[in-house]
Amino acid sequence: MDNEQPIVDFSAIRDALGNDFKPVQVIDGQAKVVKPEIVSKYSNDQLVDFLKLMIWERTLHQRSNALTRQGRLGFYAPTEGQEASEMGSNAAMKDTDVLMPAYRDIPQLIQHGLPVYKAFLWSRGHVLGNEYPESLNAMPPQIIIGAQYIQAAGVALGIKKNGTEDKVAYTYTGDGGTSQGDFYEGMNFAGAFQAPAVFIVQNNGYAISVPRRKQTAAKTLAQKAVAAGIPSIQVDGMDFLAVYEVTKAAREYAAAGNGPVMIETLTYRFGPHTNAGDDPKRYRTKDEEQPWFDNDPLIRYRKYLTDQGVWSEDLENEYVEQVKADIKAAVKQADDAPKQKMTEFLKNVFEEQPQNIQQQITEYQAKESK
Amino acid sequence: MSKKTYIQAITDALRLELGSDEKTLVFGEDVGKNGGVFRATDGLQAEFGEDRVFDTPLAESGIGGLSIGLALEGFRPVPEIQFLGFIFETLDSIAGQMSRERFRTGGTRHMPITIRSPYGGGTHTPEMHADSLEGYLAQIPGLRVVTPSNPYDAKGLLISSIRNNDPVFFLENLKLYRSMKADIPDEAYTVPLDKAAIVREGTDISLIAYSAQVNQSLKVAEKLEKEGISVEVVDLRTLSPLDETTILNSVKKTGRAVAIQEAQRQAGIAANVASLIAEKGALYLSAPVGRVYAPDTVYPFGLAEDDWLPAEDEIEAKTREILNY
Repeated sequence: MDNEQPIVDFSAIRDALGNDFKPVQVIDGQAKVVKPEIVSKYSNDQLVDFLKLMIWERTLHQRSNALTRQGRLGFYAPTEGQEASEMGSNAAMKDTDVLMPAYRDIPQLIQHGLPVYKAFLWSRGHVLGNEYPESLNAMPPQIIIGAQYIQAAGVALGIKKNGTEDKVAYTYTGDGGTSQGDFYEGMNFAGAFQAPAVFIVQNNGYAISVPRRKQTAAKTLAQKAVAAGIPSIQVDGMDFLAVYEVTKAAREYAAAGNGPVMIETLTYRFGPHTNAGDDPKRYRTKDEEQPWFDNDPLIRYRKYLTDQGVWSEDLENEYVEQVKADIKAAVKQADDAPKQKMTEFLKNVFEEQPQNIQQQITEYQAKESK
Repeated sequence: MSKKTYIQAITDALRLELGSDEKTLVFGEDVGKNGGVFRATDGLQAEFGEDRVFDTPLAESGIGGLSIGLALEGFRPVPEIQFLGFIFETLDSIAGQMSRERFRTGGTRHMPITIRSPYGGGTHTPEMHADSLEGYLAQIPGLRVVTPSNPYDAKGLLISSIRNNDPVFFLENLKLYRSMKADIPDEAYTVPLDKAAIVREGTDISLIAYSAQVNQSLKVAEKLEKEGISVEVVDLRTLSPLDETTILNSVKKTGRAVAIQEAQRQAGIAANVASLIAEKGALYLSAPVGRVYAPDTVYPFGLAEDDWLPAEDEIEAKTREILNY
């Protein structure tokens, strides 16, 4: 009896799980074109614009980092290393799409229409940073990991119920976020309702200090969508065109009424989790980091376009100076924001003020008029 | 006018609001074809279609988050959480998200969401089905907590809640669902939010209660009237934020107060009422504020429920104690 074969070979099933997910790549880490048929779809001018998006994000990161250290910004979650993942996916979206971001998705929010000075005010903890015009189809950055996923499913269902054409909800989380219940509930609800949502997982290797391998036994994060019955894909998150093309295809699929899609971008957080004291040296080694630094998404596109003769150090320096000037102006604009008042806060708790709020407005009006 | 039970009054309100505003959506677990496990949404899917009244997958956090997303797209969601004990699964969507959005966005976005949920003891439900958790909810800024004690208010308060542009947690008392009937208008009407009701006027003592405890308090008042004691009964209706004026005016008139709740002593609304009176009405008092509550245990097993829940005789005893203080 001991040699009897069990009815099911669970080991074989386990070993096969996730094997069908192969990361999509267009230009590899050595700037070699893997998929020429994709690259040839774009003019050099378009490719330069894509590179500029990444340089813009890198510059924004460098300035934000410096401003945080000077105490001129508050909360900041570094984005260095994730430029292809963030800009590549966001560039595939339309202004009319609804972005449900998390706190590391500030660059996408800005590209989606949030003025830079408002992003800085949000970082400082000023409500003006969250006062979005009606035309900005986004919510302020979500702090609770995964909450944006289930809200995105709601937005997507709303889009479907409104019968709005060519519009999707899109949202981001990280590898850690995929362990949350809301992550799965969001995908499952959107799948059950066949709602137009694009779920993006930026697998940057770490949830603060906990590595991706400790989050789950799943070989890929993309396969987590399988259980919700929605299509998913892995993509080289250091490859702008790969992320862009995959997200564009996902968007078209969702917008056409086929239901939601999930994308896992394979990227790396070059810096700390946030600038509030996290030190990656505590949980990862130089040996691990270096190959990822060499895999910098800017390097391969910069090299490719320089080889093509359409990009140069001078052009880059000129562009960076321009971005820095814009950021400097935004800091100035943020500095000019009026001091926040408790009475204004109280007025934004409810539309119609209950007695406790009315009383406290009166109390604070007296204090504020002193 | 028609004679309606408490739950029929709720169905009535949902039907009228679904009919008058096409952006109103009713959804949750089993609310569609099944009409809800208590039939609160009975017939609504047949009348308004699956697009407006629909079943969701079984996930409370999902239902809360879905409501937020739908509100952002211009809808007026009326989700059902099947039993109040299940809100722990979705507390982030309530306390962390929807109740903060108006504030968080500087008033540029709002969340016209009404979450309905049954609660309250006395029907021998399994665990986590009957707990009075309103004390948790009452601590959340930006959220109204509303609960009716009778069919008229059930309909009028629910309509007001749905029409309100801020989130409302609407608590429906399980025991009252079918045990109370009253003549109520057939057409839509509103009962104001943030406003308590004097459901019985009196001059000797104020019993301040809500939901099923209002009815118990009214019975005590009737009994004591025979002894020449004049009891005023205040129905809070909106548990958070409190209608301070009505409470304080009542206490000013009677000089004595008992705050009554079905929840445990440590969990609650009665404590807020007592502290309000201590803070702003202490000099009206001829006696300490009395409180009636359940013991500070976990909600007990079904057969022990009747011993645990604050009963009419406890309200009567506390009322006499404060009267004779």
